[in-house]
Amino acid sequence: MKVDWKKYDPGPFYDELIREPGKPRQGAGALARHLADLEEGQLTERQADLERVILEMGITFTVYSEGENIDRAWPLDIIPRIIPARQWSRIRAGLEQRLTALNLFVDDLYHDQKILADRVVPREIIESSPNFLEPCRGVSPPFGVWANVCGTDLIRDSDGTVYVLEDNLRVPSGVSYMLENRVVTKQVFPELFANNAIQSIGDYTSDLFDMLASLSPRPLDYPEVVVLTPGIYNSAYFEHAYLAQGMGVELVEGSDLVVRDDDCVYMRTIDGLERVDVIYRRINDTFLDPEVFEPESLLGVPGLMRAWRAGNVALANAPGAGVADDKVVYSFLPQIIRYYLDQAPILPNVPTWLCSDQRDREHVIAHLDELVVKPANESGGYGMLIGPQATKTARREFASLIRKDPRNYIAQPLIALSTVPSLVDGDVEPRHVDLRPFVLQGERMAVTAGGLTRVALRKGSFVVNSSQGGGSKDTWIVGRDR
Amino acid sequence: MSLLSRVAERSYWAARYLERAENSARVVSVFGTLMLDLPQEAGFGWPTLVDINGSKELYADLYPTPNSRSPLRFLISDANNPSSIRASLRMVRENIRTTRDIFPSEAWRSVNELYLYSKESLGGGISDRRRHEVMARIVSGCQQLNGMLASNMSHGPAYQFLRIGRNVERADMATRVIDVAASSILQGRDELTPFTNAVWMAVLRSLSAYQMYRQYVRRRIVPGDVIAFVLLDDHFPRAWRYCLKQLETALRRLPRPEDALRAVARLHRQTDELDFAAMDHAGLHEWIDLVQLELGVVHVAVQQTWFPLETPQ
Repeated sequence: MKVDWKKYDPGPFYDELIREPGKPRQGAGALARHLADLEEGQLTERQADLERVILEMGITFTVYSEGENIDRAWPLDIIPRIIPARQWSRIRAGLEQRLTALNLFVDDLYHDQKILADRVVPREIIESSPNFLEPCRGVSPPFGVWANVCGTDLIRDSDGTVYVLEDNLRVPSGVSYMLENRVVTKQVFPELFANNAIQSIGDYTSDLFDMLASLSPRPLDYPEVVVLTPGIYNSAYFEHAYLAQGMGVELVEGSDLVVRDDDCVYMRTIDGLERVDVIYRRINDTFLDPEVFEPESLLGVPGLMRAWRAGNVALANAPGAGVADDKVVYSFLPQIIRYYLDQAPILPNVPTWLCSDQRDREHVIAHLDELVVKPANESGGYGMLIGPQATKTARREFASLIRKDPRNYIAQPLIALSTVPSLVDGDVEPRHVDLRPFVLQGERMAVTAGGLTRVALRKGSFVVNSSQGGGSKDTWIVGRDR
Repeated sequence: MSLLSRVAERSYWAARYLERAENSARVVSVFGTLMLDLPQEAGFGWPTLVDINGSKELYADLYPTPNSRSPLRFLISDANNPSSIRASLRMVRENIRTTRDIFPSEAWRSVNELYLYSKESLGGGISDRRRHEVMARIVSGCQQLNGMLASNMSHGPAYQFLRIGRNVERADMATRVIDVAASSILQGRDELTPFTNAVWMAVLRSLSAYQMYRQYVRRRIVPGDVIAFVLLDDHFPRAWRYCLKQLETALRRLPRPEDALRAVARLHRQTDELDFAAMDHAGLHEWIDLVQLELGVVHVAVQQTWFPLETPQ
């Protein structure tokens, strides 16, 4: 079917490309016209080209299903999402502000805990957090930065407000797909790039390398940086290999590394053991070192925490950084920003009820049919309840879950995620999206121009996770930066 | 960049399986064409190729009651035969997938395409009519990948492991083809005799050596000349002796190569001492057995010097 924007109706939602039927938003005019000019069937053809390129490039993600790991082709929708540069520069400032404050907060928690003493954040929230790691106390990572790589999930409500939904400070993934989405979209839609001032995202791997190198404990011209992966069965293995390749560094598994009596980390090479300076680790905290955490873990490296605490190796992100991406801590972010930076938050939080608070809890349980309930420490969209779409039984189950373990649950209003036109069975229809930009902090800060847009391909669905039927889109920041 | 022992090992195996897939595809294609010319009574058929593949016992296990399609299925698409073309390409892909950070990204793309192609076209067996075309495409896909690695990848240590893997496999192949051809002709039935020439031409073709043989040995096909060319030529890349030289060169570019070099030196000596004039078929067969064992020693030396030891967990 030929694209006709007059017949495209996003309904009550904010559409990122089309303001109202027939009228593209600022920055999206050229794209909208180009799509409307395509002959019938051409868009579907391009989508098929795109899927073929993805298959041939081997862009995959791994899902665990029916007892085995399956590599699936990465789902990418051909119609990009556009954000005008001017709007973006405000979002970028908000992201930088947020990560700066978060890192000050984590550093404070593992040292003097002034913010707890001043009662800005309740002490019991931190003490009850499984992500507050005692072995990290007193450690001072370079530049006082604990989360060097942050993936922040943003969503836009129907009135156009952009909210932060969550900060991922542990091992956020998705950036390789953001980069590959661009490569693929350029290949199948080159003419669009000629006619639009689209900001480049190609610097990410070199920014990442520079940031990691800046953490090296030895002042060398060529620090030995490695990416530590749990291995090929991890759902993000593709990304680990992609980033190691992009940076030209070794991709190591736990068994490739060894910590010797001098508390330094070495890798096993064909020349013998070689010292490692910086580890970009994509293994969760508690699997890092069987000497300190999970004794059964085969993924980690015995003695790694010892080497890190001695300052002989840098770990990015630092162990323990996850204490700040707890969804309960999240609800205090506005206060945290004010406390450390004395600034008003640029990007708002989604209003959040804490089930640990008795009044909040009663409100949540009474309004389960309106709210989204999430466990404080899960990611990937698992274990949550979308009240308005849930059955009565599911809501009853959640009410008792909440009463049993109130600290572990928060609730938020259901934000009506914005939409972007997407190709569905040959037709262009609105589908809901979120956005995950990536922020780097080491000696300097860097924010990706845009991020990974994830799209819920099922009609009406708000679930964008690729493990649950979500797709993705190339994301364009269009226009000049100011 | 340093080379992890684990990555060195996977590079080595990627190259071995890549070479194996290419060799098997060429053998299937060349001998498949030859068989069309031979009478059935000649006793040279698909099972002979199972011998070249070196997996007689596994074949007997997997196909206790073989039919006419069994040998081809076993050689081409059987997932239970680790040396089948499809399984080999899967191993190439797995080894490159798990070390893809060290290979040029187009190499991954190309191996992935090749694997997808083999999966599609070899999946449910393959018709006689399309066999040649599919094998040719697999051979050229393997060569494309090898060429890409040769010209787009630094010839540092990782590349030397590819080179070692490739030449171990090639050297092995040269001896196996000669062994099987010699035994089927020399011990064969009389019906095969008129076709001796055709079989030796196929031997050369299965190693891509026919044209080069013609250029270097400027007379009619003589079994002794063919054997000498395939085993002893100094310039042809799939000749046994040439592969040994390649192995030696590659090993010398790695740290601590002494053990592996010693084994290669023994192979050189055994090759120099090879005297066809004084040798019957049984003697040739014995010699091939001996050097294949010695080639195994090279493999073990490479493994013990550079590959990761089992880590105590």
